[in-house]
Amino acid sequence: MQTHFEKELAGLKEKLLTMASHAEMAVKNAVEAYLTRDYELAQRVRENDAVLDRFEIEIDEMSIQLLAKAPLASDLRLIAAAMKLSQNLERVGDEAAKISNRARDLSQEPPLKLGADIPKMASLALAMLKGALDAFVNHDSVAARAIIPQDKEVDALNKSIHAELAKHMVESPDAITRCLNLMVIAKRLERIADHATNVAEEVVYLCEAQDIRHAAALAQEPGSAEAS
Amino acid sequence: MAETSLPKVQMPASSSPGDKAAPLLIEAQGLSLFYGTAQALKNVSLNIGEKVVTAFIGPSGCGKSTLLRCFNRMNDLIGNVRTEGTIRIGGQDINSPEVDVIELRKRVGMVFQKSNPFPKSIYENVAYGLRLQGASKKSELDGVIEGSLRQAALWDEVKDRLSASGLSLSGGQQQRLCIARAIAIQPEIILMDEPASALDPLATARIEELILELKKDFTIVIVTHNMQQAARISDFTAFFYLGDLIEYGSTSKVFTSPAKKQTEDYVTGRFG
Repeated sequence: MQTHFEKELAGLKEKLLTMASHAEMAVKNAVEAYLTRDYELAQRVRENDAVLDRFEIEIDEMSIQLLAKAPLASDLRLIAAAMKLSQNLERVGDEAAKISNRARDLSQEPPLKLGADIPKMASLALAMLKGALDAFVNHDSVAARAIIPQDKEVDALNKSIHAELAKHMVESPDAITRCLNLMVIAKRLERIADHATNVAEEVVYLCEAQDIRHAAALAQEPGSAEAS
Repeated sequence: MAETSLPKVQMPASSSPGDKAAPLLIEAQGLSLFYGTAQALKNVSLNIGEKVVTAFIGPSGCGKSTLLRCFNRMNDLIGNVRTEGTIRIGGQDINSPEVDVIELRKRVGMVFQKSNPFPKSIYENVAYGLRLQGASKKSELDGVIEGSLRQAALWDEVKDRLSASGLSLSGGQQQRLCIARAIAIQPEIILMDEPASALDPLATARIEELILELKKDFTIVIVTHNMQQAARISDFTAFFYLGDLIEYGSTSKVFTSPAKKQTEDYVTGRFG
């Protein structure tokens, strides 16, 4: 028989999953709005961001109430992870809104034949986010760990897109605004991949009680950590 | 569930990176205890460090209080009890024939679930053990009694009524009086069997604060059913079930990521 506490915990998890599906959908729609130059869709993504903000607050409230009941072990880890996951998902929503802003502006300008790697970057970042959330649902730390290295690939794509656009801005000053918009979209996708990485790290903590955040940087001598 | 094979001796790990494990004070090796034919402890081996707080947790009947009572041979007072294995305190086998049980209990004090002050004055309650040891000079006694009451965080509340009966104090004060009585004879170890289970949250908080202060000078082993209490005050936690020591490690590890499923089920309240 499920206890009252277990039911409340299940409720928290369910709300988190609903929030996750909203966040995932926000990113999908933002990318779609950019790719299809859909002004209306971009506008809707921006308006829907408030939904994720509300979820974050509700999940925090539920978590605080559950923490007041002094949970331990895996229950405690789930609640701690839920608070961090909701924060990351809310930020994913913010990134989707920022992509939408730029997609909306770009849809009003002539298209640029640049940033060919943005769709690839978008699908990678989305796959990372979906993979991290699936790992959470399936309580699968192996899958979560497999997501983390993919972040480097997204970072590399962002760098190459940035270089391509910077070069074009020097050559064609009239395209500066559009290039900057594309740069912002690439940067926001890179941040979404970072949030997916954070979610994956939280899943590892939830499943294995092992904190793997900043593991590489902390292993180095102070001061030698990589500058971001 | 393949969780029956336990390491021969379980050692507390250090509680966080950089912490050093405390020097050993209590070493139990292969300890089994029988009440008649009923086995209450099954081949328990564990070591307890000096000046740390160790909590014993587990459901009723798991053997945690029985093990606690082994450390000052309180089980000797119960008929039909048989033990196997050894317990060393400070390297000395406490069950060897040459050990004087009275001397042992001076080294290993005890505080019980229900406060049990003697029907005497506050002063005489604390002086009791010292008088048994032969102390009689008022000047000597006064200093130790004040020191013990201060250490038990009771002095300020009773300094003006030391001749009042110990029984006139509140439940929380009585328990602190019993702690003062225990520490007056300067034991190395204080055993506490659910010392706050009959107290309100405020009195419990005072006892918990006191325990954290006392560990600077004493080694404390506490039996508690209150897991949040164990989490708040202990450095190490041992979980027992049906006489077996299931898991023993740093409190932070046991309560955030226990290694054994039985521990996880117990601390999350999903046992059985």
